[in-house]
Amino acid sequence: MAIDLTVIWAFIIAFGIFGYVVMDGFDLGIGILFPGFAVGEERDQAMNSIAPVWDGNETWLVLGGGGLLAAFPLAYAIILPATYPLVIAMLLGLVFRGVAFEFRWRDPGHRAFWDLAFSGGSLVAALSQGMILGAILQGIEVDGRAYAGSWWDWLTPYTLLTGLGVVAGYALLGATWLVWKTEGSAQNHAYRLSIRAGIATLVLMAAVSLYTPLLEGQYWERWFTMPNVLFAAQVPLLTAIVAFLLFRSLVKRHEVVPFFLALALFLLGTAGLGISIWPYVVPGAVTIWEAAAPERSQVFMLIGVLITMPLIIGYTGWAYWVFRGKVGSEGYH
Amino acid sequence: MFDQADALLLARIQFAFTVSFHFIFPAFSIGLASYLAVLEGLWLKTGKGVYLDLFKYWLKIFAVAFAMGVVSGIVMSYQFGTNWAEFSDKAGPVVGPLLAYEVLTAFFLEAGFLGVMLFGLEKVGKKLHFLATLMVAAGTFVSAFWILSVNSWMQTPVGHIIGENGQFLPGESWWEIVFNPSFPYRLVHTVIAAYLTTAFVVGAVGAWHLLKARKTGTANLHARKMFSMAMWMAAIVAPIQIFAGDMHGLNTLEHQPAKVMAMEGHFESHPNGAPFILFGIPNSAEQRMDYAVEIPHASSLILKHEWDAPLDGLDTVPIEDQPPVGPVFWAFRVMLAIGFSMMGLGMWSLLARMRGKLYDWPLMHRAAILMGPTGFIAVIAGWMVTEIGRQPFTVYGLLRTAASVSPLDAPAVGASLLAFIVVYFAVFGAGTWYILRLMKGAPKVQEAGVRRTEKGPIRTAGITPGPARLAGEPITEIASDAEGKE
Ligand code: HDD
Ligand code: HEM
Ligand code: HEM
Repeated sequence: MAIDLTVIWAFIIAFGIFGYVVMDGFDLGIGILFPGFAVGEERDQAMNSIAPVWDGNETWLVLGGGGLLAAFPLAYAIILPATYPLVIAMLLGLVFRGVAFEFRWRDPGHRAFWDLAFSGGSLVAALSQGMILGAILQGIEVDGRAYAGSWWDWLTPYTLLTGLGVVAGYALLGATWLVWKTEGSAQNHAYRLSIRAGIATLVLMAAVSLYTPLLEGQYWERWFTMPNVLFAAQVPLLTAIVAFLLFRSLVKRHEVVPFFLALALFLLGTAGLGISIWPYVVPGAVTIWEAAAPERSQVFMLIGVLITMPLIIGYTGWAYWVFRGKVGSEGYH
Repeated sequence: MFDQADALLLARIQFAFTVSFHFIFPAFSIGLASYLAVLEGLWLKTGKGVYLDLFKYWLKIFAVAFAMGVVSGIVMSYQFGTNWAEFSDKAGPVVGPLLAYEVLTAFFLEAGFLGVMLFGLEKVGKKLHFLATLMVAAGTFVSAFWILSVNSWMQTPVGHIIGENGQFLPGESWWEIVFNPSFPYRLVHTVIAAYLTTAFVVGAVGAWHLLKARKTGTANLHARKMFSMAMWMAAIVAPIQIFAGDMHGLNTLEHQPAKVMAMEGHFESHPNGAPFILFGIPNSAEQRMDYAVEIPHASSLILKHEWDAPLDGLDTVPIEDQPPVGPVFWAFRVMLAIGFSMMGLGMWSLLARMRGKLYDWPLMHRAAILMGPTGFIAVIAGWMVTEIGRQPFTVYGLLRTAASVSPLDAPAVGASLLAFIVVYFAVFGAGTWYILRLMKGAPKVQEAGVRRTEKGPIRTAGITPGPARLAGEPITEIASDAEGKE
């Protein structure tokens, strides 16, 4: 066959996960930064800026999970038991985070509590997601078609590092989003936070990048041997450029550009990950072809994706358009 | 201390717990989304304020219920992998694509238009807003379509082949898998169940405010409207549901006879016509029904439409393939009792209408309040019949539940189960309480919609002639809006 459907599906899943990370990433980032905002005006603005869109953003997570089950059932069946406590923690974090959007307005008497639920839930979810990523990268023990490790394998210094990296990255996305959507004192605050989160993100990204090749597996070879290095080295190079542009635009107080530069950082991070693990889906154990669903399943779903994705992107874009502009201002339109 | 059997049992309890909690919210939001679409449609058509007020009143409740449905649903979509990894590996190629279609065609639709539906009335205009409401309602229905197709395929698996590695693989036609034999019945019965559940909640809220208005000697137009709408649903749809349930049962008899035996409590075969056991105490250990109260030949009449048609009992099914009889038997009776009570209230309301006493019959209003939560009970009971009756299989007849579970240690599953129980009761308990509080406030003329905050994106200016506010004047908090003086 000329076109390898499995490869197409690997890219679709990667796209879904990337979609989730950047879209819910800024929601979670706002949650992570939430305790730092002043009660009242600042918090309300931050919350309002995502209230109409968070549900759609979170749906990408269901697409990532559901898509993995559908396209790579074996990977789904190995990764989830391997990261069981993290997945449960993430889900419970998302429960608190999600209901807080409504409950906080329903119950002013307990608003402080639901604000805490919002930020705590966001933090736990983000940390778990980062640690899941680390746990996958560091390798999973597999026997036959099943996970064979114990239920604490996921907890290592490396996974803690990736967890913190994702928390910082989400905080950066959230802060730059607020730069775009708010004004006045809230915006000033967001600028300061963006710079701090930007620094933290870059430091942690660098640490993870240096640590990863030292793990067992193919990573060293991928990144540091000729001729791979010529291709792979482009990623850190671009990252440095984007980071420079990001800080420059923050200092110059651009409003929209910083958010997109933060997105670009994530895109580069994803590309780096792709280079590391390709063509495995469970690194070192299961390749995408071994985990793939049969062609009939892939084709059936591909038709669905091709038809619905443009529509989804269309009406999601429309919803963002409806709620465009600064969130706190009188003339919101 | 623990062994694999405990891990399996804990995983089952965890699934049953999380899915039952989850389904409480869809049962309400499927019905409520359609009700909101009807209200908004009527408002657009007639221009009567009462419909808009009711729309905004229920929209606030919908927002809370929907949020809980979403977060509990995300949990479900990962449960397959965390706790049922073997099942995911084996059945993934068949059920995965159907779930993926649910995400693509339903979840994105709901979520994409939800923001506009909740906050967008003043921003996009009436027509587009109505479109958003319709899309959310359609999304809930499409979601039910796919998830029930998955579940029905697990009940009545067809259209697949079994691969060398033991996986279920899609066969010639997806059509056959999607429209498997029990699917149409399950879809109809479940969607009607969601409508009925919502109708009885709306009816109970209406009845409560009618009683309150009676005490204060006022006429509450809004309460009348919703009570009347709900009672029409009860009178027309409850009988349809009973009919649909009967058809569903016949379908089950054809494909999963052991489940029907458990529902009926038939341990023994009845070659000369089987009785309908009204009550009794199933005794699985001894394989008999203790203290049975029976109507002779009624089961044969219901299931075979023949006085003395023979019916097999569980004595024809090996013990290791039998579902647990007790829960199935009892849950089935709970569902039936509620179904007939719902129809009873519907008939009562027709009588009241004929006598012109629909808004003036306190006893009936009290009954309606009592019936308010019964839809949820019936829905959960129905699912217990369906799911426990399918045991000991996850994919009926082909994949045992014991062979579906993840390779996890019991303490891991036990700890997560405990966490779910604590968090769900706390969080969803609070949410339910907020919903009840919203219901306690009577719908008002020029009801406030979902509003974020003082500085929120939503201002009152716009299409609805709301109370004019000066720029800069703080909009009061929603809670006080909702609770506010009547
Ligand atoms: C008959 C209907 C029905 C049934 C049997 C289920 N659900 Fe559900 N689900 C819905 C009907 C629904 C809904 C009406 O579409 C919800 C409820 C509230 C909502 O937001 O959408 C929803 C929400 C919802 C969400 C969140 C969607 C979002 O982000 O907007 C997920 C991931 C799931 N469900 C997954 C599941 C899984 C894995 C189930 C089975 C074990 C399940 N649902 C049973
Ligand atoms: C929302 C409605 C649903 C409810 C209330 C419900 C309820 C239940 C209950 C009570 C059990 C436990 C049975 C037992 O262990 O004795 C169960 C098991 C199960 N259900 Fe459902 N279910 C629902 C929907 C679904 C759907 C849509 C699917 C499939 C996609 C599904 C898949 C399963 C599986 C795999 C099990 C096996 C685990 C087990 O046997 O405990 N359920 N469900
Ligand atoms: C009195 C008349 C009723 C009859 C005869 C009836 C019959 C049935 C049967 C036979 C099943 C099991 C199907 C199977 O899995 O094989 C079932 C399931 C179910 N019932 Fe009912 N039912 C009735 C009333 C109700 C009511 C009033 C509700 C809710 C408001 C309800 C909600 C459900 C649900 C949610 C299920 C599980 C989903 C499904 O399998 O369709 N039922 N019903």
